[in-house]
Amino acid sequence: MEAYLVAIAIVAAIYVLLALGLNLQYGLTGIINFGHVGFFCVGAYTAALLAEKGWPPLLSFSAAAALAMLAAWPMGLISLKLREDYFAIVSLGFSEVVRLVVTSEKWLTSGVQGITGIPKLFGGLATGLPNSLAVLAVLVAVNLLAIAAMRRIVTSPFGRTIEAIRDNEEAVKALGKDPAAFKIQVLMLGAALAGVAGAFYAHYIGYISPDQFIPLVTFQIWMAIIMGGVGRISGALAGTFILMLFLEGSRFLRDIMPFISEVEMASVRLGVVGLALVLFTLYRPTGLMGDFTRK
Amino acid sequence: MTLLVENITKAYGGQVVVDHASLRVDTGGMVGLIGPNGAGKSTFFSLVTGFIEGEGGAMTLDDRAIGSLSPQARAQAGMVRTFQVPREYTHLTVRENLMAAAPGQAGDSLLNVFFRPGRVAEEEKALAIRVEEAIAFLRLGAVADTPAGMLSGGQKKLVELGRALMTGAKLILLDEPFAGVNPVLIEELSERIRELNARGIAFLIIEHDLGALSRLVPMLYVMDRGRIIASGAPADVLADPLVREAYLGGTT
Repeated sequence: MEAYLVAIAIVAAIYVLLALGLNLQYGLTGIINFGHVGFFCVGAYTAALLAEKGWPPLLSFSAAAALAMLAAWPMGLISLKLREDYFAIVSLGFSEVVRLVVTSEKWLTSGVQGITGIPKLFGGLATGLPNSLAVLAVLVAVNLLAIAAMRRIVTSPFGRTIEAIRDNEEAVKALGKDPAAFKIQVLMLGAALAGVAGAFYAHYIGYISPDQFIPLVTFQIWMAIIMGGVGRISGALAGTFILMLFLEGSRFLRDIMPFISEVEMASVRLGVVGLALVLFTLYRPTGLMGDFTRK
Repeated sequence: MTLLVENITKAYGGQVVVDHASLRVDTGGMVGLIGPNGAGKSTFFSLVTGFIEGEGGAMTLDDRAIGSLSPQARAQAGMVRTFQVPREYTHLTVRENLMAAAPGQAGDSLLNVFFRPGRVAEEEKALAIRVEEAIAFLRLGAVADTPAGMLSGGQKKLVELGRALMTGAKLILLDEPFAGVNPVLIEELSERIRELNARGIAFLIIEHDLGALSRLVPMLYVMDRGRIIASGAPADVLADPLVREAYLGGTT
């Protein structure tokens, strides 16, 4: 049971990193990024491939963040000139392109077979609980660092300007600031977080393949920040917690409803999350922690 | 700062909205632009401030051609507009709205935020003092910590004026500053504009409220169906039969 809880905590911590980045992009800046999983994917593959080459984790994780950031840059340049709804479509397309590239470039990524045998972090420690706990500790530390950085941003003039962009981009232009410059930075920062999350994911699961990086992952993160409260750091945390509760909690539904098969259960899980989302938007549209409309 | 607009034109699918319009605002001047609904006044503003692109004509700001500059660049050059429907930063407080408008802040760079927090904090302190002055000047003290989205229409116009002030603009373009504002606040707003003008800030004001505007500006342009049909002192312009016909619909 402990091993199970630690395992969930690790996945949750990875999701929190993704949620923090998306919250910065959408909650604070108003960028509708439907391609978050693309950066997650770039990070995961970068870390996995470099680990194969024997790079030490510190370097491979930095490279994962840097490459995810680099992927965000041209996309930002091209598409931040677009209206926000068009950007949403472009970003969704971007993440699908990443997935297709990873699927087809077999010489690099072994295509649909994926990359197996990605070494665990802290391979020196005994496998099982000690190893998982060490990974969790590092993840928590990285999350705390990310949260501290977010807090610094939110309370800074930069944070004020990106919130101004979210509230009224035309007015920001009219007053002489260039929204695109801010949005590109925000996009890259969120991508870097997703890249790091991907690196942790690859090393923890030990096996990555293209079908783990479908748009559903992006939308799960969206669900998390909507349920938790858009535009709030605590919302990203609370939302991820609720999401994990539903995704994992519904596993135990089988104990009380044994007539549902394992395959059906996957669909039931999605249904439960969907229902929760509908209930949240109906009865608590500002999310669990409230959103930016109630500062 | 002198704004010179010559023969600018804009058409939407054959429908000419602004038709070879010319206009001049001198340094420290105060100019009004009136016209019936749909005369093309707001489109004219958007052309001058770069929010839409026109066809032909020329625009200069202190002899510098601005026709191909982005809206941001034109604002940085010292010409800032407000909007007919106020575009306040809804979720930011009045104070934050004004703080966010200040140009060239070190804290607008992420690198400075993380690696030079001392400098950012220092600038913020200096900026806060300027913002408090602006808030006091605009009599917005009572709502300084209220999210701007919750203000009345008139207060939002004041916030927009305050933001324009914070940019250090030399020429402010006001798009219907009196629309949807109660009469008491109209007088307030006029008084603030007069004081700012006395400090050397030029204004170009689109307005529907003829009375308030003609008391405020010494120079008036009249636009009808995209063309400037008259200009001069308010009393003369309003006595012009052409203007009376176009704008007042022949009422005497």
